[in-house]
Amino acid sequence: MGGAMRVMGSETEYGIHAPSAPGANATMMSARVIQAYAQVTRMRAAGGAETRWDYTDEEPLHDARGWTLERSAAAPEQLTDQPPVLDAEAVALAYGRDELEHDGEDESGTLLMNMVLGNGARLYVDHAHPEYSSPEVTNPRDAVAWDAAGDLVALAAVRRLAADPELPPINLYKNNTDNKSVSYGSHENYLMPRAVPFGDIVRGLTPFFVTRQIICGAGRVGLGQDSSRPGYQISQRADFFETEVGLETTIRRPIINTRDEPHATADKYRRLHVIIGDANLSQASNYLKFGSTAMVLSLIEAGLAPRVEVHEPVAALQAISHDTSLTATLRLLDGRRITALDLQWIYFEAAAKHAQDTGVADAVDGDGHTHAVLERWQSTLTELGSDRAAAATSVDWLAKLSLLEGYRQRDGLGWDDARLGLVDLQWADIRPEKGLYHRLLARDRMQRVVDEAMIARAATEPPSDTRAYFRGRCVSRFGTDLVGASWDSVIFDVPGRGRLQRVPTREPLRGTEALTGVLFARHREAGPFLAELLGLSPGS
Amino acid sequence: MAGQEQQQPQARDTEVDEDVPAAPPAPAEAQASAATQGVDDLLDEIDGVLESNAEEFVRAFVQKGGQ
Repeated sequence: MGGAMRVMGSETEYGIHAPSAPGANATMMSARVIQAYAQVTRMRAAGGAETRWDYTDEEPLHDARGWTLERSAAAPEQLTDQPPVLDAEAVALAYGRDELEHDGEDESGTLLMNMVLGNGARLYVDHAHPEYSSPEVTNPRDAVAWDAAGDLVALAAVRRLAADPELPPINLYKNNTDNKSVSYGSHENYLMPRAVPFGDIVRGLTPFFVTRQIICGAGRVGLGQDSSRPGYQISQRADFFETEVGLETTIRRPIINTRDEPHATADKYRRLHVIIGDANLSQASNYLKFGSTAMVLSLIEAGLAPRVEVHEPVAALQAISHDTSLTATLRLLDGRRITALDLQWIYFEAAAKHAQDTGVADAVDGDGHTHAVLERWQSTLTELGSDRAAAATSVDWLAKLSLLEGYRQRDGLGWDDARLGLVDLQWADIRPEKGLYHRLLARDRMQRVVDEAMIARAATEPPSDTRAYFRGRCVSRFGTDLVGASWDSVIFDVPGRGRLQRVPTREPLRGTEALTGVLFARHREAGPFLAELLGLSPGS
Repeated sequence: MAGQEQQQPQARDTEVDEDVPAAPPAPAEAQASAATQGVDDLLDEIDGVLESNAEEFVRAFVQKGGQ
């Protein structure tokens, strides 16, 4: 680990819309999406490749600054450690008995709200959106592959629903706002040693997070949370951030989120939960989002983060988002005024030097990833400064902007024209035939970082080099013998055994193919697999 | 890892002059018109996939809160 290598993962909440059923309940529609994917995987694997979520290690109210929020003081949507079961009663309350009559319920009488997938990911209903949480990966290229795999999972569910004559078709959008004052998240997670003081993380990351949007913003038509002012801005999310540091993710959103739920050995690790990113369709922007952030975390761990402090970071975040010319300056506490691009160069130079000093970026003897991240980071910053047409083939917000500018020039449209709003929305439609990002990709107007085959494989196969391998393989192989799984456990219910067997997986870099592949190769049945495993616990 | 990074030509270091004789550049006008043609083709294609009734479609896309 080090450089751009790190245990990391992504979470995507999809925008959900059924054009033929206006007013349909979003939680119900989201549950239908999960249900539809469960049907797809049931067809794929006779064993039933779906597993329920185990909630015992969820700690949404633990704050990284060292305290725990009282449950009574928490907003209801912060209580994410209780299983949200959409049972018959809840459905009837929300929709009336009629809805219940013709609605698809699974065998147990409740709609499935939560699945663990054979690729190690989690697919579930989060509030009023379907959410895909990628499996843990070790490098930014895999992060892009397993994040894009989530779009394929979502697409499979959309196709399944579209083929069902009884249900209205549902569209899913990989974006972050409805442009009517609501935002939903795209989060990143990075594993860090607990020994790094949280204050160092806040100081080192804040200037970086204020400015990284210029390489990985997804672009948005409209200014202000409710889009009341016409225009275009770099980030989907910037206008929804209101504070610098905090525990919440749905209200008073902070640039640095302090949720302290390591999902791993708690005295060794923290999981840095990043809520400020945009959901990226551009692979290059997504790659740089994970790669550059991982490198900045390595700088912070080494005590080498650039010593810069931004004056009023929340205001600066929004000012930068609103300036597509990239000429606006932000004020540093030492009095300097520099552009977002200048600040990104400062971080790049520090990361490049550190990588060179430690050898991880060596083209031959390096880790095989950091070198490529640095190359792309440098070329993207160079293009943003001097060749925006070139940058528009890789940077999400610029690609969308150049398409919008094409429409504005051809048809003389103002920024308040509904057609530009539609281009913005439909950019993020996950269907390749309807999604405008996908239309550009098909014309090779967008660069690829991973090929189609790798993404397709990532939709069904887990990464080989983290505990996600063990989780995913257990789900695919022994689905019918599992009663639950989570980031740090897999729970078996094997016939003939008196009690459930919970296998902890608290070390993210164990449970790998190298450590457990031979066990899966040797056993087709859960009983003998488990018996041998107990002498070789993959996560302890 | 099976994925292959597809590196695009790098834009940096372009300030260094190289002694390779450049191919005669296409007339700027022809280049510009080819680029315009590309954009026009793209917009034509996208016209065909855009949802009809933009105003209503955008207005109906209402989400509940998320993270």
